[in-house]
Amino acid sequence: MTRIWITAILLLNIICGGCDQYATEEQNNPLFGLGVPATDTLIRKWDDDVRPDGKGFPAGEGDARSGKIVYSQKCASCHGANADDNTFGKLVSLPGDTSKSKSVGSYWPYASTVFDYIRRAMPFNAPGSLTNDEVYGLTAFILAGNSLIPDTVVLDASVIPKIQMPAMRKFVPDDRNGGFEVR
Amino acid sequence: MNNKKIYSRRAILAASAAAAGIALVKTTAGQLVHALVPGDKPPADPTTIQGVPSGKIGTRSPFEQLVKKPSDISARTPLQHLVGTMTPSDLHFERHHAGVPFIDPDRYQLLVHGMVSRPTVFTLSDLKRLPSFSRIAFLECSGNFRTGKERMTPQEVCGLTSQSEWTGVLLSTLFREVGIDPRASWFLAEGSDAAKMTRSIPVAKGIRDGMIAYGQNGEALRPEQGYPARLFLPGWEGNTSVKWIRRIEVSDQPFMTREETSKYTESIKGGKIRQFSFDMDARSIITFPAYPVKITKGWIEIRGIAWSGRGKITKVEISTDAGRHWAPALLQMPVLDMAHTYFRYIWKWNGEPTEIRSRAVDDTGYEQPTLDQLVAARGKEMGGYHLNPVTSWQIKRDGEVLLKPEKWK
Repeated sequence: MTRIWITAILLLNIICGGCDQYATEEQNNPLFGLGVPATDTLIRKWDDDVRPDGKGFPAGEGDARSGKIVYSQKCASCHGANADDNTFGKLVSLPGDTSKSKSVGSYWPYASTVFDYIRRAMPFNAPGSLTNDEVYGLTAFILAGNSLIPDTVVLDASVIPKIQMPAMRKFVPDDRNGGFEVR
Repeated sequence: MNNKKIYSRRAILAASAAAAGIALVKTTAGQLVHALVPGDKPPADPTTIQGVPSGKIGTRSPFEQLVKKPSDISARTPLQHLVGTMTPSDLHFERHHAGVPFIDPDRYQLLVHGMVSRPTVFTLSDLKRLPSFSRIAFLECSGNFRTGKERMTPQEVCGLTSQSEWTGVLLSTLFREVGIDPRASWFLAEGSDAAKMTRSIPVAKGIRDGMIAYGQNGEALRPEQGYPARLFLPGWEGNTSVKWIRRIEVSDQPFMTREETSKYTESIKGGKIRQFSFDMDARSIITFPAYPVKITKGWIEIRGIAWSGRGKITKVEISTDAGRHWAPALLQMPVLDMAHTYFRYIWKWNGEPTEIRSRAVDDTGYEQPTLDQLVAARGKEMGGYHLNPVTSWQIKRDGEVLLKPEKWK
């Protein structure tokens, strides 16, 4: 098989005489064949992102009550007792908050992002240390704090994709295109 | 000073006491040589004394104190001290979300999976064996505009842009190796920092000119720039060029990560929020004369850099009368795509107070706007990303050069 490929490449090089030899070789070569097949174990270990459509959410569940307990232990020292401190990004706009500062309630377009980010990067001093139940609980605590879900809702893989975030309607794709118009 | 490595501290101290300025020191091999000791003065006549012998690594003259301006989360390039277009690697700006990770290159792995026919793990040496591609290009953070006071340097105004020669493997090569699904439209890039920072990138950009870079200015990437390997997307906001990349997941939709929803999006008119605003629009800044230099009457060469994420800079114009008249600056050749371009303009300052400014035009015809034009287009509530306004420097009667601060809120 290899010999057939080599013959084919040589023939192509002769036919292509005038074209860029390097490009021709790369386009017609079989694969370089570098790297090793990824094991399912590695993919499962590293692939921890979740999408708005629900793909990637793990087993587990949590509600605002369980989330509040975790929050007060592991999050409140940076984000404030009520999660409305803006030092490291405001998480919660409490009822009656008229400030223009961004919070999950006022600015985040997808609930899945809250889960994804807490699981991937929080708490700041011990990222990756939370259980999936804790992440579901914290997500519920933050969403409920913003009055986006009732306090009683239990979040799991099937519930989060259904949550509508009010900020979503504000998001528009980039309309800048270069050219004469400033956008 | 790297000399510390080969000279024992005791030897330096003893010799310093005996000889002012230049020190007689003992190398670890026991040889007596002359060395310039930090803090000491050079000899009055360098032709009368043997110099420092050759060394394993170059040094910066102790008279050149070039430093970044760090905060907790970023460090800015000292644009006002640089000449030409390249940024020395140790002065490349930094912006990270969970510090700089410490990564063993022998244990490094890049996982490519998702909508591919052959999910694959590449080691660093695998990446280096694949066809090696190099390009010179700028990298700029999209949150790169500061103003508000007169005593601000170019470093403080827009020091989150730097330029390097990047070397690595093209994503088109990698995607071909793993057999990317023709229906794939986005991929997730994930770093191995403590934030496992992620961005969704259109596959089309990856195939057009994206690369996994392992080289920066002829050597391995600096840890602050993503050692041992990073995504590099020329012309796009720096955050998308995910550093310390460990995973690419190919998909048919974006993942809506935190950095592309709650961050790196910007408010525009009508209460809308602009998302996936990747391209860095054309911009320029005069880096000389700029605060804190003081000038004197006579001929002055105004110098600076201009760049565009959409292609080549075609023109830089200079005004030395606060925007009333504009004249073209000389562009230093060669002008490269998506690269810092050096510009120069000869001006005779007559000693009267005035304002100098530059504006760049790229090959799409886009002209760098003023802050007023940006506010007119995006509204008073516009966000802080992708601000590329014309920057003005005030020339005071005593020759002092100060930023002209601007306000829009």
